[in-house]
Amino acid sequence: MKQKDNPIIAFFASVSLALFVLFILAVTSIIGTVIPQNETPDKYIQFYGEKWSTIFHALNITDMYHSWWFLSLLALLSINLVVCTLKRLPHVWQTVMQDNLETPATRLNKMTPGRTFVFNGPVGEAAAAARALLAKTSRRIREKSTNTETLLFTQKGAWTRFGVYAVHTSILIIFIGAIIGTLYGFKAFVMLPAGATTDHVYETGGNRTIPLGFDLRCEQFTLTLYDTGSPKEFRSELTILKDKTELLRKSIVVNDPLSFQGLTFYQASYQPIEGQLFAQLKNTRTGVSTGLPMKPRTEVSWPGEGVRFGVVNFEETANKTGYRFKIWFTDGPETPSEFWMDLGATAKIERPGATYDFTLTQHFATGLQVAKDPGVWWVYIGCGLMLTGITVAFFLSHRRIWILVTTEHDRTEVLVCGGANKNKLGFEKDFNALIARFANHAQFTSQG
Amino acid sequence: MDSSQLLGITTFILLAASALYIGLFIFRVQGLGVAATALTIVGLLTETAGIILRWMESYRMGIGHAPLSNMYESLIFFAWSIIVLYLFIEFRFKNRMIGAFVMPFAFLGMAYGSYATEFSREITPLIPALQSNWLIAHVIACFIGYAAFAVACGLGIMYLMKARSQEKVGGRATGGLLESLPALRQIDDLTHKTILFGFLWLSAGIITGAIWANSAWGTYWSWDPKETWSIITWFIYGATLHARFTKGWGGKRIAWLAIIGLLSVVFTYYGVNFLLSGLHSYGGR
Repeated sequence: MKQKDNPIIAFFASVSLALFVLFILAVTSIIGTVIPQNETPDKYIQFYGEKWSTIFHALNITDMYHSWWFLSLLALLSINLVVCTLKRLPHVWQTVMQDNLETPATRLNKMTPGRTFVFNGPVGEAAAAARALLAKTSRRIREKSTNTETLLFTQKGAWTRFGVYAVHTSILIIFIGAIIGTLYGFKAFVMLPAGATTDHVYETGGNRTIPLGFDLRCEQFTLTLYDTGSPKEFRSELTILKDKTELLRKSIVVNDPLSFQGLTFYQASYQPIEGQLFAQLKNTRTGVSTGLPMKPRTEVSWPGEGVRFGVVNFEETANKTGYRFKIWFTDGPETPSEFWMDLGATAKIERPGATYDFTLTQHFATGLQVAKDPGVWWVYIGCGLMLTGITVAFFLSHRRIWILVTTEHDRTEVLVCGGANKNKLGFEKDFNALIARFANHAQFTSQG
Repeated sequence: MDSSQLLGITTFILLAASALYIGLFIFRVQGLGVAATALTIVGLLTETAGIILRWMESYRMGIGHAPLSNMYESLIFFAWSIIVLYLFIEFRFKNRMIGAFVMPFAFLGMAYGSYATEFSREITPLIPALQSNWLIAHVIACFIGYAAFAVACGLGIMYLMKARSQEKVGGRATGGLLESLPALRQIDDLTHKTILFGFLWLSAGIITGAIWANSAWGTYWSWDPKETWSIITWFIYGATLHARFTKGWGGKRIAWLAIIGLLSVVFTYYGVNFLLSGLHSYGGR
């Protein structure tokens, strides 16, 4: 089993290397939490001075988690995990698969915990009696007999020895997911005014314009506040169009994004557009609706519906907390409707041919975070495997119990022994209970 | 009676329980131990009632959410988790002496939550980023983990005290103060098991946080200070477990690592909120 180890492989497989890398990762990671990351060069000079700022840039400390040296540490950890797993797995496989009935008596005699009993009774009954006592707590007892001895064996959780390797593999799977995401994915951003359509977004931290391959339209953005004035909800009504055909419509909020063709659009921020209003119109008879941005004193038309409208005047409200607006509205040759309304209110407009709901709000642009990350499922699978692996590796153990019945000159000795790879105290408790059953049995006498 | 009164009372009950456990440890009067356990159970009940009441109050205010959304509420849950873990250990190992080393952490958590001036104790509505079911899973997982690490730290301190007193007398029984503590081997084993338990929950906490971040911002990991410190803590406990599993570390070394690990937890939890800035800044107010 023990062959001469290649020193390089031994180095990369060693736990000492793992401990060293974990320690260095922990210590260096602190740097980036104390020194702000990805700020402009001026900020560093302002805070730390010219000299330190130069040092930071030379060592990539301003973006340390993506620096060559930090990524090298992660690569070293990965190599360590791979080599260590490949080196140890064959032995573990052997341990799990081996025939424990072949364990030599000399090894069993040295095992702790272990206890020897003398059986007072007919030689042939010893094995059966021992088996009956063991069967009270263990199932699947295997047995091998020769003329002079019988060996009983039972085990539980042999497969749990793989748990720790599942955890190691899970870390590698997460890294693979992260690499896939970096190579084939992107993060982007777009500020999209309500009523506007875009077919491209802007890469975050780069200056690339990324074409979407479809049109994305923001029908409407609504900002809701609590009574306290803190934000309650940012909601964008998004539509995906291709060749003017609506393919998908979803109202997104923070924590509930829109996904389409591998791209995901997240509600990230918003911005009021200075001096602009947004009108939402609905023909209550036909159910047709639209949202149109507008400026005071500029006529707006709703194409296809023959509707024209505009803000002809505005003034501060009586309590001086905002403005109210005078709307001019027409949909045909009849006299136009004119009325005053508050921002955020909905007016009902009765026209000879139709009735309209008219809502006037501040015009907002919605800030959308756009992500394409084909690696994320690898990461999630890795996370699931990690939690499963940790549970198995920590809380389940491989327990083995042997009972060796030997007969020599009409004296029958019964050796009960066993072991667990983890939670030895817990195993001993159960083992001692088994020993107690033997001790309490009339035919077994303990040999100390 | 409102939740803040109940939680205020809980703080005093936990103070009394901690004092009784320490009294039991010093004077070894069994009656004190029975009273300490009884008070701890009462403390757990009043705290549980306080948490439920606070939850109900938030609904009555029309901004209903689980009381796990800010520094104060997380400290309450932290203390609650320590009490539950401790009572489990007390009943399982039938030793009350551990209480003198663990229960003060629960009291300190509640007291800091109740009297600190850095953050508000009011029930506030959830901002959009926090409106997610992952919030509950994330906070519960993290704080069960943190509570386990606090218990492990208490056990580590206990181990070091006992080990020192034994060294002084050359490993013989002293009949002194620390004699009534569990055997060193048992404390060591319990510390290790508690760290294992904490590590599983810390991992679950980091993972649920990552999934949440991905569903809110489209990035599961962005190296913000909170995330980074949580992974630093994970590295420290991960290294501790490797040292034990494969190098056979135990005893004093593991006891010290349990203490160092908790310092990292405290920094992840407190230091990042108040000394550094980042995504989790709302957790601090």
